[in-house]
Amino acid sequence: MSKFKLSRRTILKSSAAGLAALSSAGLPRFAQAAGLTVGIVYVGPRDDFGWNQAHAVAAAALKDVPGVTVVEEENVPETIAVEKSMESMINLDGANLIFATSFGYYKPFVLDLAAKYPDVQFRHAAPLWTEADPKNAGSYFGYLDQAHYIDGIAAGLSTTTNKLGFVAAKPIGTVLRNINSFLLGARKVNPDATVQVIFTGEWSMPVREAEAANALVDAGCDVLTCHVDGPKVVIETAESRGIKCCGHNASQAPLAPNGFITGAEYKWETIYKMFATDLAEGEALPNFTGGGFDVDFVRSTPYGAGATEAAIAAADAAREEVKAGQPIFVGPINKQDGTPLLAAGESLDNYEPALDQTDYLIEGVSGSIT
Amino acid sequence: MADTTETPGFAVETSMASDLPERFRRSAEFVVIPLLALIVSGILFSVFLALLGKSPVGFFALVWKGGFGTSFSWQNTLVRAAPLVFTALCVAIPARLGLVIIGGEGALVLGGFAAAAIAIPMIDWAPTFLLLGVMAIAGMLAGGIWIGCVGALRHYRGVNETIASLLMFYIAVSILNFFVEGALRDPSDPNKPSTRPIGSDNMIGVIPGTDVHWGLLVGVLLCGLLYLLMNRTTFGFAAQVAGGNLRAAQSQGLPVGKLMVVSCAIAGACAGLAGFFEVAAIHGKANASLVAGYGFTGILVSFLARHNPLVIIPVAIFLGGIAASGGLVQRRMDLPDATVLVLQGLLFVVILVSETFYGRLSIFQSKGEA
Repeated sequence: MSKFKLSRRTILKSSAAGLAALSSAGLPRFAQAAGLTVGIVYVGPRDDFGWNQAHAVAAAALKDVPGVTVVEEENVPETIAVEKSMESMINLDGANLIFATSFGYYKPFVLDLAAKYPDVQFRHAAPLWTEADPKNAGSYFGYLDQAHYIDGIAAGLSTTTNKLGFVAAKPIGTVLRNINSFLLGARKVNPDATVQVIFTGEWSMPVREAEAANALVDAGCDVLTCHVDGPKVVIETAESRGIKCCGHNASQAPLAPNGFITGAEYKWETIYKMFATDLAEGEALPNFTGGGFDVDFVRSTPYGAGATEAAIAAADAAREEVKAGQPIFVGPINKQDGTPLLAAGESLDNYEPALDQTDYLIEGVSGSIT
Repeated sequence: MADTTETPGFAVETSMASDLPERFRRSAEFVVIPLLALIVSGILFSVFLALLGKSPVGFFALVWKGGFGTSFSWQNTLVRAAPLVFTALCVAIPARLGLVIIGGEGALVLGGFAAAAIAIPMIDWAPTFLLLGVMAIAGMLAGGIWIGCVGALRHYRGVNETIASLLMFYIAVSILNFFVEGALRDPSDPNKPSTRPIGSDNMIGVIPGTDVHWGLLVGVLLCGLLYLLMNRTTFGFAAQVAGGNLRAAQSQGLPVGKLMVVSCAIAGACAGLAGFFEVAAIHGKANASLVAGYGFTGILVSFLARHNPLVIIPVAIFLGGIAASGGLVQRRMDLPDATVLVLQGLLFVVILVSETFYGRLSIFQSKGEA
């Protein structure tokens, strides 16, 4: 594990510096291949205003790259079905690069296929690859908490009740990290801000998401955001209740013409185009690549009508700071139960591996993990 | 048969002579009507495609290619058919008693969960065959008790078995999530709550020369066994009598309650076994991916097979093939994923309608009755 952390940090830095490609030796197939066929598998519908749409938007951008053919399949469950879908893309469509975009696709399905098809490159959208895994597999990931931090800054300046609402799917590491970063953003500009969280327990459960959003509004929250697969319901509920909202995963700006502030969005096309170009030029793909604003892997949705001048100015400034490497987690920070996470003067790097293992909410967030 | 005016000896001879064509005529009914139903639904679906501006010929060619056209396609089809065989049996066995059980998915989920849960304390010391044996028994017991309860509720409390089994599916999923995200969660995987993996050495392998796990073969054998049980034993005969006329069966002193509970338990055990194979041959652990809809597709398979365990095998392969080709259809024709669901739905409705023609088409009746 420690080896993994080290190599990841190294790769992060090198990719930021534009040195991601390590060697062009031993890459027989793609260099000569006339065209590159990229297969992309989604766990849900491509137009979910969320996780899958973020990838589909990038896939659409990839189609414009000359010599690249994109084949896509949506609503593929995390079962043997995904293994067969990817294999079908390889066998019947001649795919030589596969993007598996759902968390549960990796083990065992991507790993099994990578061993079975050593000439095909597999990349998976979560930080899971380790040195022990096949060399033709790999991970790519955007650190969306950086964008949630920016959301928090804009939200902190937009609230009048100082209560921000967060509808979350499951209390797992990445979700908790986004909630914490959102609060830290809000607290940076508004020390009185609090975040109230409701977990729905499922990645996609529109009924419960609507209930949670309404409950948060009833509790006095006047800005809502979320971390669920498809934020459509949360954003629409916020808009219909006349409050402001921040998006997640993809652009939800069209859903809230009055209250939309900004949103935390992935920019997968940066990675997809980078990989396609690398393969076309015969370069090796990195086994692990990840980053945030600094490498253009995440972005903020263009400001909507809900964003005030002050919010825009503060958010823009903070984004530049994060891009320059200024940390989000700056002490003093206590966990929810009062135990210290960081003392005054301490801080955590934005790519600190310990943050991937987040299993706590911080003080200022109300809502229970269990 | 109808020639009662002739002398007895002669009548026997004619009945002997006309017996073969007569039997052929009767059984032809069970081949021709489903075939006609297939053709009719094919035509209806072609109209649907034409309205969307897509080529029906192209569609069926892709279904052929993706489901049956290459050796890879066949394996894809068979892998997808394997769980359907089990879940269809979960519908077919109670159907002999006139019970419509649609909650086999719940038994599958719990069966898989029980198999994975009982494995946890054994992984470190138990030899593979013992581990798998205990897991299989646990899976069958869990599924059997679950659907057995549905039968008991029906008999002793008069609760509608269709609704009960459907609602109990939601309870089953909640039980799975409760344990997988709580007490039995494997702490090494922070982002996808799962039970502890049984280890790749303990997994059930594939049938040599294929990608298809042994579950398919077990399913086929089970279909044969249950066919014998339902058609060649007093138990099966009693079940059929009870299904034909409950009051008559009761007045004959048949143990209707026991028949119901046992049939339901057998059915649930079949679905539980499907869950066991999902864990032991595919996932290696239990998590939310067990809820993949096999139980619901199994309903369709069983109805198409007219609840005949032997016919379930080809029908499961047929629907497995349609599912296997779904991805290719999406990729090549740019049709939404729901397209194959529309085809499945059409098939289901047309087959149900075609049921009303049995015994009504004069061409299949003997002359005396026509």
